[in-house]
Amino acid sequence: MPKRHSLRVDPISCDGHGLCAELLPELIGLDEWGYPVLRATEVPGTLLDHARRAVAACPVLALRLDRASR
Amino acid sequence: MTEQPAVLSSTSALDDLTGPHGARLLHGWLTTGGPADLNEHLNRYGPPPLPRTTRRRTVAPLVRAVEDAGLTGRGGAAFPTGRKLRTVAEARGPAVVVANGMESEPASRKDEVLLALAPHLVLDGAVLAAVAVGAQVVHLCLPRTRQDQIRQLAEAVQQRRQRGIDPVPTQVHALPHHYVSSEETSLVSWLNGGDARPAVTPPRPFEKGVDSRPTLIDNVETLAHIALIARYGPTWFRRAGRPEAPGTTLVTLSGAVRQPGVYEVPMGLPLDAVLDVAGGRSAPLGAVLLGGFFGSWLAAREAMAVPFTKSALAEVGAGPGAGVVIALPESACGLVETARVLEYLAAQSAQQCGPCRLGLPAVAADFAELAAGGAGDLERLERRVGLLPGRGACRHPDGASRLAATALRVFAEDVRHHVRNGPCAGAEREPVLGVGASHAPEGRDWR
Repeated sequence: MPKRHSLRVDPISCDGHGLCAELLPELIGLDEWGYPVLRATEVPGTLLDHARRAVAACPVLALRLDRASR
Repeated sequence: MTEQPAVLSSTSALDDLTGPHGARLLHGWLTTGGPADLNEHLNRYGPPPLPRTTRRRTVAPLVRAVEDAGLTGRGGAAFPTGRKLRTVAEARGPAVVVANGMESEPASRKDEVLLALAPHLVLDGAVLAAVAVGAQVVHLCLPRTRQDQIRQLAEAVQQRRQRGIDPVPTQVHALPHHYVSSEETSLVSWLNGGDARPAVTPPRPFEKGVDSRPTLIDNVETLAHIALIARYGPTWFRRAGRPEAPGTTLVTLSGAVRQPGVYEVPMGLPLDAVLDVAGGRSAPLGAVLLGGFFGSWLAAREAMAVPFTKSALAEVGAGPGAGVVIALPESACGLVETARVLEYLAAQSAQQCGPCRLGLPAVAADFAELAAGGAGDLERLERRVGLLPGRGACRHPDGASRLAATALRVFAEDVRHHVRNGPCAGAEREPVLGVGASHAPEGRDWR
C-alpha cells in the first residue's frame, strides 16, 4: 500500500532556528520572525530525502514527518 | 451587561417538559424564579435515569440516544456529541469525564448562569455521560475567579454524595481563568499537574487525556442537554430547533439590544429573531459579532435573516461559537472595537508558539494604528493576519485572525475613511465590547 508522508511542526517546541527552510525551501518558508510556514504538508516522493534531512537537522526536533496509509 | 436571564418569546411547540416559554435548561428558573436546589431538582426531574446494568462491550443506550438526538457541543466547536461519546466509550480502558465550565470568553455568561440556576442538570449529565462511557470519575473545571460558584457547586456535589445519587464521584476544580485556559488540552494539562496552557495534539484528549486515559470533555451546557435527553429521549429533543440543528441553545446577547443577558432559544432562529428575544435592537445596527472574541463580524444587513445554526452561519463565514451575539450600533467604530479586542487576545497568548507570541502583538499594533487613523501598512497587516491560522498548538491565533480578517472585510469602508481622514466619531464613544481589566498571564499565573 502506498504511504503518504506529511510534514508537521510542533509549534511549542519550535524556536525558529530556520534550518528546515534552508534544507527544504520547496515546502518550507519563514515568516518575518524566522518561524516556518509550510507551503504544503504533503511531501512528494522526490522531496522525501530532503524532508528527512530537514527533520533530522532541527535542533529541537520540532519538525515531524508523519507516515499514513493512503 | 445584566446577567439576569429574561423571559423567552419563542414560537416553538410547547409542552410540559419544554417549559412555559420554550425553555428547557432554564425551565425551572422560569417556573419558580429561583435557582434549583437538589430537592427541587429531584421533584421536577427525579433522580438521573441510570442504566440498571452496565454490560461491557455494548454501546450504552444513552450514546445512541444522544446520537439520534443530534446534539452538538455547546462550547463553541459544535462537534456531534454522540460521536464523541461513542469514541470515548469504545476506547480501551477506563475513561475520564471532564465538565468544562471555564467560560473564558469575556462576552459569554451562559455557563455561569446555567451553573447558578440548574447546577444539578449539569451534574446529572456529567454522571450519566460517565456511566455511559465507562468513566470512574468526573472532573468539573470552573474558573478560579468565580469563588461563589465554586462553593455552590462543591455544596451541590456534597449533597448528592450524602443522598447517594451518583455512582461516580465528581471532583470540583478551580483553574486559572485565562482566555486559552478553557481549551481542552489546557484542562487536561492542568488536571495532570501542569499549567492550564494548551498542548500540542495529537494525541487528542479522547485518545489520551487525564491520567493518560481516554477523556470525554464536554461543555457544561452540553452535559445539561444530555441529562434531559436521557430522561425524555431524542424525539423530544428534536421537537425544538431544526432537523439539521436540533434542540435549544443558550445565548449571551449584548451590545445594542434592549435587554442584554442570557437566554435559551431554539436552534435555527433567524438572527433578528434571536435579538428580539433580548427586546430587539436599541439602536440602528452596523454589524454583529458572532461567536465572541473568537468569532466573526458580519454586516447587520447580511446577518439578520441567517438562521442561527452552524451550517447556515458557515455559509456566510461565521459560526455560533458558544452562543455569543454582540450587536454593534452604527454609531460605534468596528475598527476601534476590534483593535481593543486584538490587544486583549495578544496579551492572552500562552506565549508558547512563536507565530502567536510574535504575530498577535504585531497584528494588534497594526490594527491599533489603523483604528487611530494612521496611514498604516494595510498590506503588511493583511499578510500578518493571513499567516496566523494553523500555526499554533491551539486555535487562539486562528480565532484572532478570523476576528481581524472579518473586521477588515465588514468595515472596509471605515478602513478607507480612517486611512484618508483619520479616526471617525465612533472612536470617541464608550466601548461596546468590554475586555475588562485583564493582565497578561505569566509564569505561575498558569497553574
